[in-house]
Amino acid sequence: MSNEIKMATKNMSFYYGDFKALDDITLEFQKNRVSALIGPSGCGKSTFLRALNRMNDIIPSARVEGQVLLDGEDVYGPNVDVVEIRKRVGMVFQKPNPFPKTIFNDVAYGLRIRGIKNRRELEDRVEASLKAAAIWDEVKDRFNKSALSLSGGQQQRLCIARALAVEPEVLLMDEPASALDPIATQKIEELIRELKQRYTIIIVTHNMQQAARVSDVTAFFYIGKLIEVDETEMMFTRPSLKQTEDYITGRFG
Amino acid sequence: MDLGRKRQLVQGMAFFIIRSSAVMICAALAIMLGFILIRGYRAINWTFLTQPPMEAMTKGGIFPAIAGTLYLTLGAFLIAFPLGVASAIYISEYAREGKLVRIIRLGINNLAGVPSVVFGLFGLGLFVVFLGFGSSILSGSLTLAFLILPVIIGASEEALKAVPQTYREASLALGGTKWQTIYKVVLPAALPGILTGSILGIGRAAGETAPIMFTAAAFYTARLPSSIFDEVMALPYHIYVLATAGTHIEETRHLQYGTALVLIGLVLGINLVAIIMRTRMRRKETY
Repeated sequence: MSNEIKMATKNMSFYYGDFKALDDITLEFQKNRVSALIGPSGCGKSTFLRALNRMNDIIPSARVEGQVLLDGEDVYGPNVDVVEIRKRVGMVFQKPNPFPKTIFNDVAYGLRIRGIKNRRELEDRVEASLKAAAIWDEVKDRFNKSALSLSGGQQQRLCIARALAVEPEVLLMDEPASALDPIATQKIEELIRELKQRYTIIIVTHNMQQAARVSDVTAFFYIGKLIEVDETEMMFTRPSLKQTEDYITGRFG
Repeated sequence: MDLGRKRQLVQGMAFFIIRSSAVMICAALAIMLGFILIRGYRAINWTFLTQPPMEAMTKGGIFPAIAGTLYLTLGAFLIAFPLGVASAIYISEYAREGKLVRIIRLGINNLAGVPSVVFGLFGLGLFVVFLGFGSSILSGSLTLAFLILPVIIGASEEALKAVPQTYREASLALGGTKWQTIYKVVLPAALPGILTGSILGIGRAAGETAPIMFTAAAFYTARLPSSIFDEVMALPYHIYVLATAGTHIEETRHLQYGTALVLIGLVLGINLVAIIMRTRMRRKETY
């Protein structure tokens, strides 16, 4: 396992207007590992995740202090193209959000907006992404059906395929299985374990078991602060802080 | 009287009033349509629909007026649709809520409140005289376009707002620019709503008299226009002329009702197109 740092935040604070949602977060994400962000609702873990690919930019009052580094470069730097960052840092959302397009066009969207027009290349890359997202067998005969005709679990894997199609380096997942049933959840979790061979994955989850099952590293957030971060095995067996232990064992939150 | 019965009675009365209001609106429409239908259907025949007026408009048809209204309506749509949709995109997707947007919104709302005869005078001043377009399809279409702009902007804004935020997020997260997101995701999703709202607005333009009176409508012309700088007859203005300005007002009553019937049929037809289009696009759901 490489110890290369793919993404990191340094003394990062985040504000919605006057409200400080994240306070001085310093955290590193290693390449090809799955990092889980856990914590009770409103602790700032989703805000943190969306700060990494600058999705919070669309909120007018949002403001970031400190640094968010991708391969050592600040993604909030003055000459950085936010579109470029989002190409390298993909995202899967809490609720499956396929476009109301056909399955093929949905996955090809990210490729097309990059100017890829060659039908052959589009087909190859859509196929590769659908296979990587473990949904190829279920959709290969219905490319021209609406993406909305798929089940929730299938839609979410389609969204993962769509994110993978543009070959990001980092994949952010915001509670990707919270709207799915147990079987679909299991599929997504298997997929996450598979995908870390090629991607650096950061996942927000409310589900302790899920964090324990899929992640290598776990970070515990509470009211905008990073409380503890450690190897997942350590976190779930011998957390160093009482607060972390209480949360993990379900005594609060 | 005990409290329970009193409440029942109050509720009964409230329901009765609400229900009567709904029935009354439908009845008003039905009576109006029925009245015009009964008085006008005898005037409708092939000659009426395909020939120009003859013998000082006491005989013949209204074909030039039908064609003129279609030209004016289509022209207004072609001008107002892109302008209105673009404005709506700016307001709902680009502009941040602030002073500028408030002023623009105020402007649009006030534009919607301007009496149509004022639009007519404005069109006369600007297009007919100042810009020298004369009384023509172009001047009339432009004037009608201004009249229906607020409707198109309003409909487009509503349709754009109804597009789920998650679509925009998905596109942006894939590295789409704001314009790509709007052009390839938001607009296609909003298009059924935009079109329906706009076409319903167009129906209103088809029936307006005052804005075209000084800017486009001819009292009488047998030939069809050969360019956008020609004057045309128009259905609403033709009704007005027949009913007030002719020397045979009483003799042409059935023609007046016939023309009104054609106009109503045209407007209902336009609305019907909007409804059919919406249903079809909703069913398709993919693009």
